[in-house]
Amino acid sequence: MRSTRAVIVLPAAIQAGEPFEVRATVAHAMETGYRNDDAGTRLPRDLVRRFECRLDGELMFAADLFPAVSANPYVAFWMRLSQPGELSFVWRGDAGFEHRELRRITLS
Amino acid sequence: MKAVLLLGALLVVTALTATADERRSGRDTMSPALRALQADDGQHPAQLALALGQDLWRTGAKSCASCHGDPERLRGVATHYPAWDRGLINLPGRIQRCRVQHQGQPAWAPEAEGLLALTALVAQQSRGLPLQPPAGPELDVAARRGQRLFNTRLGALNLSCAQCHDERAGLRLGGSLIPQGHVDDYPIFRLEWQSLGSLQRRLRGCLSGVRATVWDWNSAELLALETYLARRSAGMSTQAPGVRP
Repeated sequence: MRSTRAVIVLPAAIQAGEPFEVRATVAHAMETGYRNDDAGTRLPRDLVRRFECRLDGELMFAADLFPAVSANPYVAFWMRLSQPGELSFVWRGDAGFEHRELRRITLS
Repeated sequence: MKAVLLLGALLVVTALTATADERRSGRDTMSPALRALQADDGQHPAQLALALGQDLWRTGAKSCASCHGDPERLRGVATHYPAWDRGLINLPGRIQRCRVQHQGQPAWAPEAEGLLALTALVAQQSRGLPLQPPAGPELDVAARRGQRLFNTRLGALNLSCAQCHDERAGLRLGGSLIPQGHVDDYPIFRLEWQSLGSLQRRLRGCLSGVRATVWDWNSAELLALETYLARRSAGMSTQAPGVRP
């Protein structure tokens, strides 16, 4: 199958010291492990377990995800920066799932 | 006599303008929350599909981009379907034909993720433009057939499309608003489906809803109905991909 996709939405312009919203979503089935397929066999659990957002290695935001979270989990949070840097987004989950995105932030 | 004629003409004119004004996109009858979801690209539930479409657009040696350039160059294309090109063809059908004939790839299954993603990407480029389904002798025949089908009672419930979407539009079926059935925002991301879906999927859902025989994908009936529906919504501006409950 093709590589995972993620969409990260940031404001077009970010001012130093001003809060802004970060929205991140990743394509993932979030299979709960409680469902059966049409033939009655149990679908194995396949979840994104953790989402982390770091600025130059420093943890800014993290979320633990559980079976009740919908497919393509969508996370929105606010942050405030005093200096430019590189935001890294990591989703980790079952069966070695890992997806990374990088966004360079320049302040205006 | 003259006065009667004049009055008659006036009535006809008023009736015509009234019909034109009464057309409402399903987009404008949704709840404010759903309208906001469709209007904001940062929250649009189809954004992952659009990202996949962008990927596919540039994938392979004979990629879409190698002939068409950037997707933006296809602005307006999606408003001119269904068209006639060696047979009736809708937008997903055109993408499918490009894939098989020019890219030499196996055809996608109906409603394949990739096919919907590319359809949504192409349709997105025409945002804000009015639907302009083409004219032509074969298309006129198909549209007439589609109109007949639209007005034909079907299924165990013995209902025609027109009985809900013309006569009872704006009323409720169960808890849901009956829309006028315009086709301006396809493909749509339907929350009930939790995925993108084509107009044919929507129509097939209605057919099974009235417990009629569900027409095959890309059957003459579905394409004729699509042709009529495009003309019925002609001039309405598209905001594809739409979000619907």
